[in-house]
Amino acid sequence: MTAIGLHGVTVELGGRAVVDRVSASVERGEWVALIGPNGAGKTTLLRAIAGLLPHDGRVSLFGRDAATLDRRERARLLAVVPQTPETPPWLTVAEYVLMGRTPHLGPLAREGAADRDAAWHALERLELEELAERQLGTLSGGERQRAVVARALAQEASIVLLDEPTAALDIGHQQQALELLDGLRERQGLTLVAAMHDLTLAAQYADRVLLLSRGRIVADGTPGEVLTEDALAEHYGATVRVVTVDDRLAVLPTRG
Amino acid sequence: MEAAAATARAIRVRGVTPGWAVAAVAFLAVALVVGVVAGPVHIGVGDVLRSLGEKLGIPGVTSPLDATQESIVWDLRVPRVLLAGLVGGMLAIAGATYQGVFHNPLADPYLLGVAAGAGLGATLSIAYLPDALAGRHVLPVAAFAGASIAVVLAYAIGRAAGRERDAATLVLAGVTVASFFTALQTFVQQQNADTLQEVTSWILGSLPNTGWSDVVALTPYVLVATAVIVAMRRVVDVLSLGDLEAASLGVDVRRTRLTLVVAATVGTAAAVAVCGLIAFVGIIVPHAIRLVAGTSYRGLLPLSFVVGAGFLILADVVARTALAPAEVPIGVITALFGAPFFAFVLRTRGGRA
Repeated sequence: MTAIGLHGVTVELGGRAVVDRVSASVERGEWVALIGPNGAGKTTLLRAIAGLLPHDGRVSLFGRDAATLDRRERARLLAVVPQTPETPPWLTVAEYVLMGRTPHLGPLAREGAADRDAAWHALERLELEELAERQLGTLSGGERQRAVVARALAQEASIVLLDEPTAALDIGHQQQALELLDGLRERQGLTLVAAMHDLTLAAQYADRVLLLSRGRIVADGTPGEVLTEDALAEHYGATVRVVTVDDRLAVLPTRG
Repeated sequence: MEAAAATARAIRVRGVTPGWAVAAVAFLAVALVVGVVAGPVHIGVGDVLRSLGEKLGIPGVTSPLDATQESIVWDLRVPRVLLAGLVGGMLAIAGATYQGVFHNPLADPYLLGVAAGAGLGATLSIAYLPDALAGRHVLPVAAFAGASIAVVLAYAIGRAAGRERDAATLVLAGVTVASFFTALQTFVQQQNADTLQEVTSWILGSLPNTGWSDVVALTPYVLVATAVIVAMRRVVDVLSLGDLEAASLGVDVRRTRLTLVVAATVGTAAAVAVCGLIAFVGIIVPHAIRLVAGTSYRGLLPLSFVVGAGFLILADVVARTALAPAEVPIGVITALFGAPFFAFVLRTRGGRA
């Protein structure tokens, strides 16, 4: 089943089409990496899918036109992990993760036992139980990133959009975070769309890669099909070697 | 079942924890007692309580107070204390609301031009209305109208200009409107130098000795505004994640912010109309609570109301007793005592904020 359908999605900012007639579809359970140079429109496209920006064209979620969904319905289908999430330092991890339940609650409602359970399961999956009472301001970058993912999981949306989920993490934590997301995808059938700068990580984890350049999709396929030395030279202006290590691709920058 | 109960307990939200609730209510209770007892005529706590007992019709309790004392307690001090409580609570909870809604720790309830608008309204009514009309009846109406016009204007300008950076644009619009209204107010004041004293004392803020009429007039505004804010306190925490993230969690950011701003502003404008511009309460009370109790908005908002009420009652006691029989403007007291206290809290507890 198609989880996300994009039909001619266009976003204009300041008179310029930052996302230009993008059409693509993402199947349920797929991991799609959105790659492209700085300013290619990755973040803007993710925001358009999430309904956070006005756009032309049509976005459908599980076959339903997203424009017909109200905000809370959409937020129950789709969670967003932003690139630089706001983490008010005075909130505890538990309070922060519980905010993921917001789309399941009316504006005046309080969280019930079901909401607390969902938040606790999200904490467990991210191994944050010990940190539940800690304030966000006292966490390390990696711990905070896990709290943000836990909040998205507490939302119980089956699509998760991630904007540079590993940007703030060292190489070990990058792998941990991506392994964890991959595990969640398998166990819970999540659909993941992640904007990624690290092309090797994109190649190692994603089923499919969308290459975005100047707002348009210029390549769409498996990592092997999209991540070619020529394509990366053309769209990133990068000199790289694409090599195979243990049956997976790695992208190595080289000096001419 | 047992496991579910255990996990539900493990997710703990620090709303108003019992300890802080008791502390805040105790503080307010002490302030109420001090407020009623303090004054040039000495009347003991026990006597006041027995008088209250008689008023409530508790059998066997009779008031030991004579007619003058009864009048001092029930026509002068009690309404004044209640008025101070309503105003202080309103300003504090409105300040906390503004800080959450605008993601700005320096936001106070005057941010969108309430103060400047009320100032202009009050100055116009003092300067141009005939004496028979001016004074205590028209001035609050003029101040309330000025405050409302200023905020509506700021909101309209901010909305027209801002799209993505909605909150920041609104604040800028508020600053713009406030400067303009302040300039107008200064101009009117300069043209009518004879009113200078009256305008200045109004701007510094003071609680009027008008008995119950202001309490009755102000109560509905404060009750409704506070009820709306307290009912929405969970969403204020979500708004503190920023507009985009709150929207991605399904919150209608604009409508939520508008509702909260309207509630906080109407309550503030009503308070300002009665008491003038009392500085600092809206900033210092929420921050002091946050520094000491370290809580989320869910706990902060109700605590702000209770502590703000107690704080302004005590400030008023100082204002009317320090130089008795003269009164110091209460706005001077809130800043004079509030600022050093806040500096102390900041210094001792700042690391935990």
